Amino acid sequence: MSLQQFMNEAISPWMKEDGPDSDIVMSSRIRLARNFSHYPFPLIASDQTLDEVMEFFEEKFKHQSFRDYKDFEIVKMKDLQPIEKRVLVEKHLVSPHLAEKPEHSGTLISQNEQVSIMINEEDHIRIQLYFPGFQLDKALEQASQLDDWLEEKVDYAFDEKRGYLTSCPTNVGTGMRASVMMHLPALAMTQQINRMTPAINQLGLVVRGIYGEGSEAVGNIFQISNQITLGKSEPDIVEDLHSVVKQLIDQERRAREALVNRSGIQLEDRIFRSYGVLKHSRIIESKEAAKCLSDLRLGIDLGMIDHIPRTILNELMILTQPGFLQQYAKATLTPEERDIRRASLIRERLQLENED
Amino acid sequence: MECQECKKRPATVHLTQVVNGQKTEVHVCEQCAKEKGYMSYGEENFTLNDLLSGLFHSEGSSPFSNQKTQSYQQASQLKCPTCGLTYQEFARIGKFGCASCYQTFDDRINPILRRVHSGNTRHDGKIPKREGGNLHLKREIEDYKSRLKELIEQEEFEHAANIRDKIRTLESQLQQGEGGE
Repeated sequence: MSLQQFMNEAISPWMKEDGPDSDIVMSSRIRLARNFSHYPFPLIASDQTLDEVMEFFEEKFKHQSFRDYKDFEIVKMKDLQPIEKRVLVEKHLVSPHLAEKPEHSGTLISQNEQVSIMINEEDHIRIQLYFPGFQLDKALEQASQLDDWLEEKVDYAFDEKRGYLTSCPTNVGTGMRASVMMHLPALAMTQQINRMTPAINQLGLVVRGIYGEGSEAVGNIFQISNQITLGKSEPDIVEDLHSVVKQLIDQERRAREALVNRSGIQLEDRIFRSYGVLKHSRIIESKEAAKCLSDLRLGIDLGMIDHIPRTILNELMILTQPGFLQQYAKATLTPEERDIRRASLIRERLQLENED
Repeated sequence: MECQECKKRPATVHLTQVVNGQKTEVHVCEQCAKEKGYMSYGEENFTLNDLLSGLFHSEGSSPFSNQKTQSYQQASQLKCPTCGLTYQEFARIGKFGCASCYQTFDDRINPILRRVHSGNTRHDGKIPKREGGNLHLKREIEDYKSRLKELIEQEEFEHAANIRDKIRTLESQLQQGEGGE
């Protein structure tokens, strides 16, 4: 398979689109946690119950469509090879938690891969919806409609006082986690993000690295999300997140401007060195690749490099992960072999741009 | 003495390593010591779960103490009739077993929810269409009532009378609904 073909299949269609403020915001996501009222939560449910839940979804929702989200495919974790599971995690279509306990779990994925409804995760149901760029309001509106669509068939565990009941007390109430993935190279380079994090935390929001809880900000990509799910309405939570993200966008733009004005040539040097590394290296670790891709993307955003589309960061951050590399190679690879593969995949990808 | 790693901060951590009989001395600052793995802190391995179950235990739920009040002893014997999860298990894993657990442990969970959700204990968001029952109606009435109060304060009595009529209609709807169930 050619790289072009592989990429077309590997990258979700929505990721190739540009959204509002997509020079800084890579994606917006809404996740809703829901449970059946009459089944024990997955943590303690019997195998038989978990199978019943899976069968319910297979019977009622397989190949169904809702508006733009057509032909939901059911993917059972137990039917997948380890590399295939890893690929779904790397595409953020499945949580690592779901992939780890494959016996009775699965997911419904819409054809455009914007929606993934995870089944038997920590909760029976986790509805997840992505939009490119900064589109939290739209994501909330549509996630809520998807939720209504499911509720036509599912008896939700809901309580007047506590709201939507979830297995973990950190999700009860709205069951909603709204998050935004941001590329903040200038705020990271100038260490400003570290100073801003405590203030953001005080507003009930969390700043994390790209792979969620406890992960490092690889490639200057940060995830901002709400911590509180109880006592505030969904639109209020989204509005709070929205206003903080808006400020971060402004700060990042200002920091980029200041960097260009203050140390233009040094910045340009850094960007083109990274471009050189990506273009010519024969062995590259994921951390170095992420750093260089972040620099390259910044160079594209600042207009220093103009023949490469800016979706390259989103694209290559996903394609250069271990699962994808192994799927492309169609073999299990050692970490050393992966570093070699990663370098050649990046070179090949950049080559595609030069041909045009 | 300056830190041998960063050569900036003063060295505050002094170690003697013996590897294969070779003795080396390390003098580093605390920050470099952490980065280079010379020091490890137990609390850094804490997961959110540990923190959560820590919250439960801070309410005093050691199974070995006999000095606890009567109400506490009852709490530790609490067991969800639907899924069988006991309060002690709940405190240990930090997760509920089923929807009924929220009822079973109702009077024990407010402090936990308050800590996790910035003082909040009551839901104020979406209500599901079917499971929500007449909650939509109740919410609507509450909204109108607070509007009514505002209008009276602003002395807009004509408008207020309209709102009052709306509330009456909705309340009679609510009563009919409840009578019918």
